[in-house]
Amino acid sequence: MKVSFPVMGNSYIAFKQLLAEIGHEPLVPPMPSARTMTLGTAYSPEFACIPFKILMGTYLEAIEKGAELIVSSGGHGPCRAGYYGILHQKIINELGYNTKVIIFDSINMGFKDFTGKLNYLLNSGKSSWWKLIKVYRAVWDKLIALDEIEILSHQIRPYEIEKGITSKLYDKCLDIMDQAKTRQQISEAKEACFQLLNKIPQDFGRNPLKIGIVGEIYVQIEPFANLDIQATLGEMGVFTKRGIHLTEWWRETTRQSHNEERAIKAAKPYLDQMIGGHGILSVGETILHSKNGYDGVIQLAPFSCIPEIVAKGILTQVSRDHSIPVLTVFLDEQTGKAGLQTRLEAFVDLLYQRRQKRLEGAVS
Amino acid sequence: MSQRIGFPSTLFYFIYYPFWHSFFKSLGYEVVTSLPTTKYSLDLGVKEAVNDACLPIKLYHGHVAELKDKVDILFLPRMVSVRKLDAETFCPKFLGLPDMIRNSIEDLPKIIDEKVDLAKGYFSQWRLCRRVAEQLGKKGWQVYSAYSQAKKVQENYIANLAAGISPLAAMENAVTGKTAVLPGNSQADIDLAILGYPYLIYDSFINVDLFEKLAQMGVRPWTVEMIPPDRLEAQGRNFIKHLFWHFSNRTMRATYYYLKEKKVDGIVHVTAFGCGPDAMVDKLMELEAKNTGRVPYLTLSLDEHTGEAGVLTRIEAFVDMLRLRRRDNESIISSNG
Repeated sequence: MKVSFPVMGNSYIAFKQLLAEIGHEPLVPPMPSARTMTLGTAYSPEFACIPFKILMGTYLEAIEKGAELIVSSGGHGPCRAGYYGILHQKIINELGYNTKVIIFDSINMGFKDFTGKLNYLLNSGKSSWWKLIKVYRAVWDKLIALDEIEILSHQIRPYEIEKGITSKLYDKCLDIMDQAKTRQQISEAKEACFQLLNKIPQDFGRNPLKIGIVGEIYVQIEPFANLDIQATLGEMGVFTKRGIHLTEWWRETTRQSHNEERAIKAAKPYLDQMIGGHGILSVGETILHSKNGYDGVIQLAPFSCIPEIVAKGILTQVSRDHSIPVLTVFLDEQTGKAGLQTRLEAFVDLLYQRRQKRLEGAVS
Repeated sequence: MSQRIGFPSTLFYFIYYPFWHSFFKSLGYEVVTSLPTTKYSLDLGVKEAVNDACLPIKLYHGHVAELKDKVDILFLPRMVSVRKLDAETFCPKFLGLPDMIRNSIEDLPKIIDEKVDLAKGYFSQWRLCRRVAEQLGKKGWQVYSAYSQAKKVQENYIANLAAGISPLAAMENAVTGKTAVLPGNSQADIDLAILGYPYLIYDSFINVDLFEKLAQMGVRPWTVEMIPPDRLEAQGRNFIKHLFWHFSNRTMRATYYYLKEKKVDGIVHVTAFGCGPDAMVDKLMELEAKNTGRVPYLTLSLDEHTGEAGVLTRIEAFVDMLRLRRRDNESIISSNG
């Protein structure tokens, strides 16, 4: 069966392999583009958030290419993302397609529901649970490798001497990772990528600004949605650390890692209630970034994202109390690269001046 | 003089105020509400709230800002859940509301922002009341009797709403203890379901006197609260997966009710500009109205600039269309014999 799925950062490389190895024909949808956005916006509710619209457009493009099944993840609210799947399915049917959307909700929300859907996916690919367990480990390794390579690229970019070289080599790394299939190959490919990136000539004399990126998960991870903000900042000579990577998020949701708890604890004086999405983390991480000596924080959020609006309302006070500048960027289908670039340049200029004054002892 | 407790007259006010009014009054407090929405409270809200917030949240900020200097204690409950149903809660903005208020409005009096989380544990409503009373330094039997009294008042209020009494009149009944007269519009020839959240439907400033206009046009309005609670509950079977937001679930259930059980001539969805959950709810309602009997559907979006003329024009056009549609249908029937 031709199975498709949403694109989120570089994770498609691993999901493609997963689907292929359980006996399906993976259909990687076209990378999100202006056309995706136009299609998505045309058929989505006006006030749906940008991830909904990009996903809608991606699904429609995948259907054009012949996708028979779309697999995505769900949620338990109160963020709207947990209801995406149902509405996407209804809109797809309304447009006259009979492509099915399968949504995997958290296994805690219904064990039978989860295993039932997984069974269907395996049976229709003439595969087995045993096969899945075997391939799962390779795919997990691959996801981790992809995240680590991306993080390394963001660390190197502000120091690169030849502008743009990191991004070029990073794309090459993705190709290398795409070729690797077994666990052995994946670990070798990872090493090769690390070497490739580490060989980039760097100027360690620089003292780049440090900016923490917080906000909603999809717009943090998908470069199309955030207009490639991390690479843009990197090429402006700014070191950035992003709050969420896919594998980390997975570890947090399956309780293998407990970094989130620190952020939630830090947010407590300001926001003592889980509000869905990543709202509480935006508040908590901002406070932690301030304590860890970051120069500023950028909050990324889809336009009309409910949890991030709450977070924004609180961040003004956090910013004052912890004296850390926060720039909130609401992204929608109208956001242009040039507009964002200008805002980023202004923000970075401000941070440089602030640091200069700090060094001179003018600001505490 | 007894202490004054402030309750902003917006958002959950229209559903839960009678309960808290009775509760605090029995405990010996004076309950003060903010004035009904005016241009002034709206402007205050726009000034105080984060600019990306939706209209109802801005309004709540406005009501709090207007009320804060008139009272000793502000009661801003944090609405988390009112019943056990899947993952049902309230909109994230409701969940973080007390924190948003604290971090954007200055010089606030003491705030009681007790968590209303009735989905967890037994006797959760009673335990909630005990916690609230504790914050006021009240204990023992008087709290329990205030609680049971308040519960009765609330049940009565909900029954009044279901009987079709307007919330303002029903609120008056609940607060003063009088009985009301049923309003009736016998000349009405069009039945319209006016669905949406209580804080838009029953705030006549924000919806620019929608109900009065409807009455003048000969329209009989049907709201979410006018559905017998058990019939509303029963619509739950139509969902593939419940929505996460209490008021949205109610609105969606009411949509099914008016489409399948009590047939109406049309559905009007009243929504607020920038409402997150409604982005989903509105589309779902539109699709359901279309696929279940092709019932005409209108979305009326309200914002801080909503003008009377604009709303009137849209409603008039919609009602005219419904009348034309009916006439056409009748003429088809008669010509066929």
